[in-house]
Amino acid sequence: MQNIWRFFRKFAVLIKNIKMSKTSSTLFDKVWDSHVVRKIEDGPDVFFIDRHFIHEVTSPVAFGGLLSRGLGVMFSNKTFATADHNTPTINQHLPVKDPLSANQLKALEENSAKYGISHWGLNNPKNGIVHVVGPENGITLPGMTIVCGDSHTSTHGAFGAIAFGIGTSEVEMVLASQCIMQPKPKKMRINVNGKLGKGVTAKDVALYIISRLTAAGATGYFVEFAGEVFENLSMEGRMTVCNMSIEMGARGGMVAPDETTFAYLKGKDKAPKGEAWDRDLAYWKTLKTDDDAVFDKEYNFDAADIEPMITFGTNPGMGMGISKHIPVSKDTASGNASYEKSLNYMGFHEDDAMLGKKVDYVFIGSCTNGRIEDFRAFASIIKGRKKAEHVTAWVVPGSHVVEQQIKDEGILDILTEAGFQLRQPGCSACLAMNDDKIPAGKYAVSTSNRNFEGRQGPGARTMLASPLVAAAAAVTGVVTDPRELL
Amino acid sequence: MAYDKFTVLTSTAVPMPIENVDTDQIIPARFLKATERKGFGDNLFRDWRYNPDDSPKKDFVLNNPIYSGKILVGGKNFGSGSSREHAAWAIYDYGFRAVVSSFFADIFKNNSINVGILPVQVSEEFLIKIFKAIEADPNAQFEINLPDQTIIIISTGEQESFDINGYKKHNLMNGFDDIDYLQAMKEDIQSFAEKSLY
Repeated sequence: MQNIWRFFRKFAVLIKNIKMSKTSSTLFDKVWDSHVVRKIEDGPDVFFIDRHFIHEVTSPVAFGGLLSRGLGVMFSNKTFATADHNTPTINQHLPVKDPLSANQLKALEENSAKYGISHWGLNNPKNGIVHVVGPENGITLPGMTIVCGDSHTSTHGAFGAIAFGIGTSEVEMVLASQCIMQPKPKKMRINVNGKLGKGVTAKDVALYIISRLTAAGATGYFVEFAGEVFENLSMEGRMTVCNMSIEMGARGGMVAPDETTFAYLKGKDKAPKGEAWDRDLAYWKTLKTDDDAVFDKEYNFDAADIEPMITFGTNPGMGMGISKHIPVSKDTASGNASYEKSLNYMGFHEDDAMLGKKVDYVFIGSCTNGRIEDFRAFASIIKGRKKAEHVTAWVVPGSHVVEQQIKDEGILDILTEAGFQLRQPGCSACLAMNDDKIPAGKYAVSTSNRNFEGRQGPGARTMLASPLVAAAAAVTGVVTDPRELL
Repeated sequence: MAYDKFTVLTSTAVPMPIENVDTDQIIPARFLKATERKGFGDNLFRDWRYNPDDSPKKDFVLNNPIYSGKILVGGKNFGSGSSREHAAWAIYDYGFRAVVSSFFADIFKNNSINVGILPVQVSEEFLIKIFKAIEADPNAQFEINLPDQTIIIISTGEQESFDINGYKKHNLMNGFDDIDYLQAMKEDIQSFAEKSLY
């Protein structure tokens, strides 16, 4: 008799599981599955793209490819061009001096005109970093699929979109057919619960997670960020975290859209209006992971364990709490040879304290931390203080819209008073394609996303951190815990 | 962009036992300014390969005449960072047709296949065996067999199989690319687009 009951119970569980696998899905599944045009057996999905951003560096060869194949652009109204990677951040009204950069900018302008693609070039009031201008103009919306020939496209995931970086061959595919061919990634959820401490920002959350997972810890996965910390973050903060998801190897990261998302989007230029808003809003509200949905991998972190972070090595996984000492190599996941190579490049040693290390350059800006909230945070520390004399600081807004906000909110006055100069928008020293290069051997505290060897200029030594840590370094001239200055 | 078909590659290999080789090392951003895909091989690993005065760095493997071949063997997490396809172009343009590692970054892996480079992912143990074989004899030959999905250390006969999906394998073996496929299904895409929300 007991056996029969056991059998029935087992059977009931089995039925429940079958039901669950049919009805329960993650936010990522919902968006991905609704964009599959065709599934190829033992191959990738043919994946439809709602929004395609292009910039001057990774698009010219794609347009060249179209031309040589005799193909056109299938949906020119789904592609948006903006110039950002190699634009100068001073004197943008003058012709661009570097002939190669000028040539790429011209190619973007001409290709956009030729195919009828919206183009926000230099001096256009809408111009700025692609991952800043997309969201601030309401081009990025929940539930969309978004690609760009830039790995930090993951930024747009903050809106509950599936957004990721692609190569130039894929840029050509999207132009020609509005689709790319991608196997569906595995699913990971990262929950961070609790409350963030004083001086701990979205950037610190991102650097903390990457330091725990390593620079390759999420390769093959698409991440959903969930939990109290993300629910309480602003859209700017969510963008900062999603932006950095590629730095742990993930294709992208996303946060379920909620009232914060809808409030940010309402009234934005290209966001839906009137009846269309109501219709889309109803759909957006369905975009969340079902309670019993299953992830391939799940991590849980406690906000109380996160302090202001800084990196000490040459990949974004090499980060630590600012008050700690550099780990000794046996404590790290990375191989010893690679670890030593990295510390040698930085001129650091195992067990060094980071606090008090000399800083030569400070860079605030980039698609990671170039939004208004970042400049507000920066200003909160420099207000009433002066820039350290030996520090060169580059303050670069993510877009003209952000630049205007900085002026309107009185942040420019605070900057000027403290001895800082505001530059014009662009990617700038994040990847140093323009003249904003950190000289060889010099130390920079940077709010950008990569501390790779030579990323900010040949021989440059980068320490990644939040705008608060950058501000603290800018006024003291050394690595400083921002909590002491708040 | 058309590329050479890939079936069986037998070659010596160039060892680079460094982890987390990112695409900024493979090709620094300041060399991404061309509007045409040519000449990127000259700047492959630019800052590891050349001094600031453009003289070659003697201790870098690409400047060591005892190593050559069409196979590049790298440490774990090869190709992390930026999505720049220029990294794959530089590797191809330099003359490599396959990259072997125990782990690849996603975008780099996609880009490689799209330009005709075969990324061969092997176990940590097999990667060490490959490095040891090259250390013992810089002229050691390796066979990468795409139809069989195997990589063989010819001197010892040791081999391992690697994964690649059937669709991409077919493309590489025939020199096809995704655009050929997508162009053939444009009607389906058109009707999908008509029903799409955005």
